[in-house]
Amino acid sequence: MKQTSRIISTYAADISGVPSALFELGGMTVMHDASGCNSTYNTHDEPRWYDHDSMVFLSGMTEMDAIMGGDDKLIHDVCAAANELHPRFIAIAGTPIPMMIGTDFDAVARVIEERTGIPCLGLKTNSMHSYLSGAGMAFTAYAKRFVDRTLSRQAGSGRVNVLGLTPLDFSVNGSNESIRQLLQRGGLTPLSSWAMGSSPDELARSGLADVNLVVSYAGLSAAKYLKRTFGAPYVVGVPIGKEFSGVLINALHKASKTGECSAPCALRRADGAAPQISIVGESVYSGSLAAAIEAQTGLSCRVICPLETEKALMGFGDCLASDEDELIPLLYSGIVVADPLYKPICGGLTRFYELPSEAFSGRIYRKSIPNLIGKRL
Amino acid sequence: MLKRLGEKPDLTQTTVSVGEASYPAPFETGLEYAAPARGVWNIVHTGMLVPESHEIFICAAGCLRGVVLTAAEMGAAERFSTVAIRENNVLDGDMEELMIEGVTDILNKLQRTPRAVLVYTSCIHHFMSCDVTRCYAELRRRFPNVDFTDCYMDPIMRKSGLTPDQTMRSRLYSLLKPAPVDGMSVNIIGSDLQTYPDCELVQMVQQSGRTLREITACKSYDEYQLMATSYLNIAMYPAAKAGCEALCERLAHRCLYLPFIPDYDDIDRELELLAAALETNPPDASALRALADESLFKARAIVGDAPVAIDYTALSHPMELARLLINHGFNVTDLFLDSISTADRDAFLWLKRNYPSLRLHPTIHPEMRVYPRDERNTLAIGQKAAYFCGTCRFVNIVEDGGLHGYMGIIRLAELITDAFENPKDAKIEIQPKGLGCAGGCCL
Repeated sequence: MKQTSRIISTYAADISGVPSALFELGGMTVMHDASGCNSTYNTHDEPRWYDHDSMVFLSGMTEMDAIMGGDDKLIHDVCAAANELHPRFIAIAGTPIPMMIGTDFDAVARVIEERTGIPCLGLKTNSMHSYLSGAGMAFTAYAKRFVDRTLSRQAGSGRVNVLGLTPLDFSVNGSNESIRQLLQRGGLTPLSSWAMGSSPDELARSGLADVNLVVSYAGLSAAKYLKRTFGAPYVVGVPIGKEFSGVLINALHKASKTGECSAPCALRRADGAAPQISIVGESVYSGSLAAAIEAQTGLSCRVICPLETEKALMGFGDCLASDEDELIPLLYSGIVVADPLYKPICGGLTRFYELPSEAFSGRIYRKSIPNLIGKRL
Repeated sequence: MLKRLGEKPDLTQTTVSVGEASYPAPFETGLEYAAPARGVWNIVHTGMLVPESHEIFICAAGCLRGVVLTAAEMGAAERFSTVAIRENNVLDGDMEELMIEGVTDILNKLQRTPRAVLVYTSCIHHFMSCDVTRCYAELRRRFPNVDFTDCYMDPIMRKSGLTPDQTMRSRLYSLLKPAPVDGMSVNIIGSDLQTYPDCELVQMVQQSGRTLREITACKSYDEYQLMATSYLNIAMYPAAKAGCEALCERLAHRCLYLPFIPDYDDIDRELELLAAALETNPPDASALRALADESLFKARAIVGDAPVAIDYTALSHPMELARLLINHGFNVTDLFLDSISTADRDAFLWLKRNYPSLRLHPTIHPEMRVYPRDERNTLAIGQKAAYFCGTCRFVNIVEDGGLHGYMGIIRLAELITDAFENPKDAKIEIQPKGLGCAGGCCL
């Protein structure tokens, strides 16, 4: 039956994707939800929580707030906290009950902005979609609001924005820094990283970029916005492995010249051979890993994507499967690369290779999440 | 290294002296912050105390994630399953069908049928008026050999009657089936942590020739069911009181509420109540008082004038503890709590009169996100106090830590001494969920 899981975990939800995306940008993110519901985010979805004082709060919604509407209380509490803490911006995101009662987050955001003078983003999450949806929504809203539209693309400059970086896909293991270094070695100039390791000022200058590198599905929507607004094309993929990193660097240079977008993460051998390796996970990261393995070893790979994605990001043989019943026959045999929490549903003939993902197993295997950027597999 | 961006916060709401504090809410409420001190048990940990049971949570993905990872982290993934509510279920209104078919699907897939199933419905079920009664009736018809009970993950209801924590501790015993009462056994109800065996309460029950039963010690569902044969139920943790009373009413048991109050007179009063219920005599209070005094003064000699901070997650009566420690010469400087309980009111008034400079701090106020955390010389009692003080000298307990009576105070004095002499890495120690659960007591 769809929607049931006997044993496997569930991915971080959209409500966690929002603060994960905005964590380092000096804003205040408010989850409109009941007391205690932020513990999932700060326990499992946010490795930066203990040491960094980014402002992520909960509205503490009650039954009476839901019955009576309660927007006034939400607005009052957000304004009070903002006046004490002086965030650079405010983001308010929703959960199931605000969705059910039809909370108008755009209107709430407008009122708060009017009262505080602080830019405020209303984001219509509902905890029923994945972190990719929430982070994508946050990146796009942030881009629309804060990227300086007076700037224009500097074609041929080799400047690159990296879009879609959150610890949910990359943990805090140096991957973001490795990507910057790899781009520099490839003759490109990293302009900003959305949103790990870059300042808000760097993000504001993203319009100067020649080309954008999308490293997760969460970054795609913002990339499309930057393409529409500034004309910068985007290339989709994570520079995993030596060979595939080279492919990506070449694709970035090519896009810089032609202005055309591409998705090297969807490159597969496409020779009709049965896949020897199945990789379960987010489409861009897993697709890049599949392409990297194929390029390095010649073994055929497919991606089993349990999350939101687009057809253009899927290669030959890749498939969507999110429910346990859909996944079990796909993981019955062969080589499987996936988060360890998928292991209980793999068949006895499976050779299982652990690739933990913060987005699926949270902090449980955090120390084992590898930095695969630019390295031989 | 990440750096904080933006203007410096005002930090006007993080401290109030007890002399100026109002009762029962010393701080304004509003947005909420959550410190990374996570040792308090949640409804997954507590539910797992029912031996041979299986938990099934039915809610939105975002709500499922925290609980499924709690189960995985505690090594209990095999006893835990989920049913995800999606937008179409809310729009179509098929919540009953999803619940019945989802639970059925999971139970049919389990290799071994559990003796009991705890089904957790959520805020959405409440607001959509899901007919859970019909769902449970159908599930009981389909699985006659399984005991089902209704549990709840509905934090939105925390100000509407019982809190989710109180409700969970109540539902934990809803599976007990009426049985003949033997008069020779006594239950401790609603404590997540096993009571220290050397405390007067345990000793008195055993010396009266009776068996003491705690769910934390039950190894099988049959052993759990024997709790229905006890004649006396004792609640020791405040959040367990309502559940204990409900159980006593349902099974016609006697009920006692004997919380761990670190005050000698209260302890004497409780021991007398227990002695009456057991038809025995209370222990020699003067000897126990002398022992407790000796332990506290010994700890004080080691701790010296070091500042002491206490939080509400460590002990359910933090103000009583502050009074006790101050009366034994400790330099108690800070209390971390968001409200003052009725049970702590007398101690609060005493502190207000006699020690008005004592500082109170909230734990969930947004400004606590940027609290300096630089009181490294402080001895903290509790994980939140340890985090906010930034100290590595702390007593790592939650939910009263199984302490009770004079022996509880003596044990606490030992823990204070140990905490002062043996610093710990707070970042490692306070982040695991469900302190004391990983030891296997609930698996």
